[in-house]
Amino acid sequence: MKLVIINYGSGNLHSVHKAFEAVNNNSENPYEIIVTNTPSEILNADKLVLPGVGAFQDCKNAIHKIDGLFESLEQVVIGEKKAFMGICVGMQLLAEKSLEFGECEGFGWIPGEVIKIDTPADYKIPHMGWNEVTFRNHELLNNISQNSDFYFVHSFYFRTHKNENCIATTKYPNPITAAVLKENIFGTQFHPEKSHNNGKQIITNFLEWEPS
Amino acid sequence: MLKKRIIPCLDVDQGRVVKGVNFVDLIDAGDPVEQAKIYNSEGADELCFLDITASSDDRETLFEVVKKTAENCFIPLTVGGGVRTIDDISRLLHHGADKVSINTAAVENIDMVAEAAKKYGSSTIVIAVDAKKNGDKSWNIFTHGGRKSTDIDALEYCIEVANLGAGEILLTSMDRDGTKIGFDTELLSTVSSAVDIPVIASGGVGNLEHFVEGVLKGGASALLAASIFHFGEYSIKDVKTYLAERNIAVRI
Repeated sequence: MKLVIINYGSGNLHSVHKAFEAVNNNSENPYEIIVTNTPSEILNADKLVLPGVGAFQDCKNAIHKIDGLFESLEQVVIGEKKAFMGICVGMQLLAEKSLEFGECEGFGWIPGEVIKIDTPADYKIPHMGWNEVTFRNHELLNNISQNSDFYFVHSFYFRTHKNENCIATTKYPNPITAAVLKENIFGTQFHPEKSHNNGKQIITNFLEWEPS
Repeated sequence: MLKKRIIPCLDVDQGRVVKGVNFVDLIDAGDPVEQAKIYNSEGADELCFLDITASSDDRETLFEVVKKTAENCFIPLTVGGGVRTIDDISRLLHHGADKVSINTAAVENIDMVAEAAKKYGSSTIVIAVDAKKNGDKSWNIFTHGGRKSTDIDALEYCIEVANLGAGEILLTSMDRDGTKIGFDTELLSTVSSAVDIPVIASGGVGNLEHFVEGVLKGGASALLAASIFHFGEYSIKDVKTYLAERNIAVRI
């Protein structure tokens, strides 16, 4: 079984790779983890991870700059319904559009848009640090207690159009989407690769996940 | 609720942990990777490495330390010291740093802040500011690890870097650094209330009450300390328990 981490130059690629490796090494049925941007390897993936930090548009442009990358992702995730996980901007890209630095189209895989976090004046932006997450029960959140802390760094968030696609939230002080889910497509606003044991548990759950 | 972060800082010289008093008189306190692992397991919210290696020839050791730390610690890692170019940032991120802190280079070329933030995202760019009191509610910044004075006003500079896209300000009081008499809460609150981005308090922490002051009087989003942790005076857990007892939200 192959797990592909998409390499399009994202700043957190290394951290994501190391965290997945650490969890995978302790697994009974480890995956072969491949870091790549080659469409032919992506087409052979059983599971996919899309990291992402920085600006939405820069990440999107970087993906589209690589010939056939987006098309192969679409084929595997939408066509073949393989398990997918987006992290931070890798999750925001699933939206229809983002309003960061003007309007920019996303993948449009989950209905909604990426908008600026709306906070009272005395709240710092970016929303940076450890914050509590509440969630709907799902196997991707197995063995995690409600209100567990995860590490966030972002100024924009994914407002889903359908409640059912938002499976976890945090508060700053208004509710912010912390994780999205639609069929085989999962995404976290927080960084599991930087969220210590809780983050490792999310990665474990994703490795074990078999979307129906 | 967003938690106040406790960040142990390791001053690293040629791959070894050191901590100075007022930036001189360095004392060896161990292997950075081993220390980082301990802090990680003790519940540190982030880690910070400050590379004080003078010669650029010895920088490779730092990259190795960063790489090994990132392979073992799954919490955010900020690395600073000697970051001069966009390429330096790129190399640190590539070796596993999550954020890079820039000090002198940003003062000498303020456009670098915007360039770095645009290229790697604001959340990756920490601007380190060493400030020394200059008069009533007035501080000037120092560069080159606190060795060189400037006539730049610290508050104005912090506002400017925030506007240019810095994600965070690591604010060190030169007057307090190494003294253990507490953070300069006046400096902290002056800057923190003037910028929208998080401010990390640094310099002067000597006891548990100082951490409380950094939050309540200084308005800091995060608290950074070095020697108080290294020599085992207090553990990360001691600090967090103390803050929690005073109703300050921390990750336990």
